[in-house]
Amino acid sequence: MRWPLITNLPREFNFDFVKLAPMAAVFSALLIAISLGSIAFRGLNFGIDFVGGALIEVETEKPLDIGGLRRVMTEAGGEDAQVQSLGQGNGAILRFRVADDADLNASTQVVKGALQKAFPGIEIRRAETVGGKVSGELARSGALALALAMVLMLLYIWFRFQLQFGMGAIAAILHDVILTMGVLSLAQLEVSMTSIAALLTVIGYSMNEKVITFDRLRENLRKYKTTPLRDIINRSENERLSRNLITGTTAIIALSGALFFGGPVLFPLVFTMVFGVIVGTYSSIYVALPIILLWGVRRDDDEAAPLKAAGARPG
Amino acid sequence: MLAPSRWRLISVVAALIFGVLFTLPNLLPASVREQLPAFLPKQTLNLGLDLQGGSYLKLSVDTRALRVEKTTNLIEDVRTTLRAEDIAFTDLGQVGSDVTVRITDPARSNEALNLLRTRLGGDIATGGSGLELSSQADQRIRMGWSAQALNAEASRAVDQSIEIIRRRIDALGTREPAIQRQGFDQIVVQAPGESDPERLKSIIGQTAKLTFQMVDDSVSVAEALQGRVPPGSVVLPSQDEGPLLLKKRAVVTGEMLTEASQGFDGQTGQPVVNFRFNGQGASRFGETTANNIGKRFAIVLDGKIISAPVIQSAIMGGSGQISGNFTAESANDLAVLLRAGALPAPLKVEQQNTVGAELGADAVRAGAISMAIGAASMFAFIVFAYGTFGVFAALALALNVLLIVGAMSMTQATLTFPGIAGIILTLAVAVDANVLIYERVRDEAHLGRSPLQALEHGYERALVSIFDANITSAISAIIMFMFGAGAVRGFAWTLLIGVITSVFTAVVVTQLLIGWWYRAKKPKTLPIV
Repeated sequence: MRWPLITNLPREFNFDFVKLAPMAAVFSALLIAISLGSIAFRGLNFGIDFVGGALIEVETEKPLDIGGLRRVMTEAGGEDAQVQSLGQGNGAILRFRVADDADLNASTQVVKGALQKAFPGIEIRRAETVGGKVSGELARSGALALALAMVLMLLYIWFRFQLQFGMGAIAAILHDVILTMGVLSLAQLEVSMTSIAALLTVIGYSMNEKVITFDRLRENLRKYKTTPLRDIINRSENERLSRNLITGTTAIIALSGALFFGGPVLFPLVFTMVFGVIVGTYSSIYVALPIILLWGVRRDDDEAAPLKAAGARPG
Repeated sequence: MLAPSRWRLISVVAALIFGVLFTLPNLLPASVREQLPAFLPKQTLNLGLDLQGGSYLKLSVDTRALRVEKTTNLIEDVRTTLRAEDIAFTDLGQVGSDVTVRITDPARSNEALNLLRTRLGGDIATGGSGLELSSQADQRIRMGWSAQALNAEASRAVDQSIEIIRRRIDALGTREPAIQRQGFDQIVVQAPGESDPERLKSIIGQTAKLTFQMVDDSVSVAEALQGRVPPGSVVLPSQDEGPLLLKKRAVVTGEMLTEASQGFDGQTGQPVVNFRFNGQGASRFGETTANNIGKRFAIVLDGKIISAPVIQSAIMGGSGQISGNFTAESANDLAVLLRAGALPAPLKVEQQNTVGAELGADAVRAGAISMAIGAASMFAFIVFAYGTFGVFAALALALNVLLIVGAMSMTQATLTFPGIAGIILTLAVAVDANVLIYERVRDEAHLGRSPLQALEHGYERALVSIFDANITSAISAIIMFMFGAGAVRGFAWTLLIGVITSVFTAVVVTQLLIGWWYRAKKPKTLPIV
C-alpha cells in the first residue's frame, strides 16, 4: 500500500450499482416498514420540549438508588416518573409530569425538596420545566421547520436540475427522515428540540449528497448523449465512489469524538448525525437514483447551460 | 486559476488576521484581556446557558387577569360616577365579559348613559379608553371594550412588563441579562451565571402591586366572612394575623412612591422598607391619616396584607416605613420591587431552564474533548488520504476553525452544546469540498492533462458542485434559524457561519497554497494521482 491512500484507489471503479437496486429497494422498504411500525407501536420518546413536564439532573457522591429516586418523585406528586442513570451511576436525569391542573413550577419545587430530604447531599445540577402551552408551540415550529426545509430544497433542485431529480431527492430524504425517526424510536432515544436540529442537519447533509450525485449524473448525461441511462448512472457512481469513501469516513471519524466523549446530552444528537451520514449516502445511490432511472430524464436538457459553460471554460 | 493573484493573497491574509484577532481573546485570561488596547477586540465566545450555567425563563403575561382587573375597576368607576350625580341604580355587575347596570328612574337613563360615556368612554384613537356603551331594554346600560382596545392594552402591558423586569433584574446586579419579547404575550429572560433561579423567579414573578387601604370596621370580619361584605369593601388575607375587611378604594398606590430602600427600625432593629411618596401621594396620605386618627389602615401587597398599623397621628411628611416579618434580604427585595414598579398583570412561568455552573463546565470540557478528537482525527485522516494536498486541506481547515470561532465571538452568537456538534459536522463538510476538488483534479489528470491544467480544471469544475451543495446547506440553516427556538437557533447560526467560512477556506486557501507549491516544485505528476 502506497502513501497517500488516495493513490491506491482507482479513479473509476467497476461496480454494477444498478444491478443491486431491486435488492436495495426491498431492503429499504423493509427498513421503512420496521421504522413506521416502531414509530406507530413503540412510539417516540418525546422529551419535555414537546410534551411538557419537568427534568432534573442530579448528582451525588455515592451511586444513586434508581428505584428510590423514582419512588421519591412519584410520592412527591410526579407522574410518569423516569430515571436515566448517568456516568458511573452517581448521576441521573429525572423526568416527570404533573396532573393537568397542577402548577408545574410549584410541583417541581416540591419534588426538589423531597429529593433533597430523601438523599442528603444530592446536588441539583440542572432543572428544566416546560409548560403545556410552550411545548405545543415548540412541536409546531419544529414540524413547520422540517416541512419548509423540504419544500425549499425541492424547489432549489427543480430549479438547478429537473423535476425528476427534485422528486428523487425528496423521496430519498423522506426515506432518511423515516429511518432516522425509526432508529430514535427503536433505541428510545429522547426526541427534543435538539433532535429536530439534528434531523435538519441530517437533511442538509443528505441533500448535499444528492446534489453532488446529481451534478455528476447531469454532467455525464451531457457527455454521453446516447448511452442508456442505466449505464450512465453506473458510470457516475463508480466515478464518485472514491469521494464517497473518503468524505463518509471523514464525517464519521470527525463525529466519533463527540459520539464517545460528548456525554449523555450530546449522544442522541451525534448518534442521529452519524446515522444520517450513513443513510444519506446510501439513499443517494439507492433511493434517489433508482427513482430517476424509473421515471426517466429529459436528454435534451440544456437548462443549466450557462453554469456548465462556465465549468468547461478552458482555464 | 492558480496564477498568483494579489487579491487571493490579501483576502486570505485578511481572513487569517481576522481569525487570530477575534479568536485570541478566548485564549487569554480575563486579566490580560482587560489590559488589551482599546482597538483590539475583547469579546469572547458567547456561551449558551448549557455551557456556562444560568437561568432561562419564559413567561407569559396573564392578559386574562388584566381583563378581570379592568372589569372590576369599571364596576367601581360606574358606581362612583353614578353616585356622585345621585343617579339611583341597581343590578350593577358583570355579564359575560361586559358590565351592565340598570338605572332605576327611566327618565334619567339617557342622562346616565351620556354621563358614563363622557366620563369613561371615548374613542381609542383620540386617547379615550375604547369603552363602548349601549342602552338596552329595561333601562339597562351595557359596557364593554372593543377588541382593539383590549389588544392595545395587552400589548402595552407586555411592553411595560419587559421594562419593569429589566429594572428589577438590573437592581439585582445579574450579569448581562437578556430580556426579549416573543410572540404576542411572551417574555424570555436569560440570565447567564445566575445560579439562583428561584430568587430570580420570585423577583420577576411578583406583581408587586402595593396599595394603602383603610380598614372597614362597619362590620366585623366574622360577619363579613359569612357573606355580609358591604359593597365597596373586600376581605383580604393577612401575613401575620387573620383576614381583615378593607375598603376597596386605595388611598395611595405604589405608583405614587418615589423612593424605597431597605433600612432598620430605630426602636426594634427589625429590617423595614423605608419609602417616600410623590406630592400627590403625600397629600392624599396626609389628608387621610389626619381624618382617621385612631383607625387602622392596611398596607397591601399583591392582595395580601403585610401590616395594618393604627394611625397614631397625621403623617404629613410623605415618607414612612413598612414593617412586617422581614429579613434584611426580603426587605431589600421588596424595596427593589417597589422601586421598579408594579407589573401591569401577573406573569406565568411557561418554561424554565436552569443549568448549574458545574454542569456547564462539564459540558465545556466534553465539548472541547469532542472537538479536539474530531479535528485531530480529521487532520490525520486527510493527510493520510491525500499526502501533501491533505496538508493543504488541513491548513485550510485550521483557518476555518479560527474563522468560525472568530466570527462567533464577533457576532456574539450563542454557542450551545449542540452547536459544537454542528461545528464538527461543518468541518467534515468543509473537508468534502476539498475532496471534491481533488477528485476532479484526479479525473482531469487521468484524462491526460498536465498537472497545471488538471489543477485548474479540477478547481473550476468542482466549484459548481460545491456551490450547489452549500446553498442547500445554507437553506436548511436559515430555516432552522427562522423557526427554531433557543438552542436550535444558536445551532443554525453556527451552521450558517460554517457554510460561508468553509467555502472560502476550502476553495480559496487551498488554491493559494497549491499555487505556491506548484510554482516552487514544478511537479511532473501530482501526488494524488
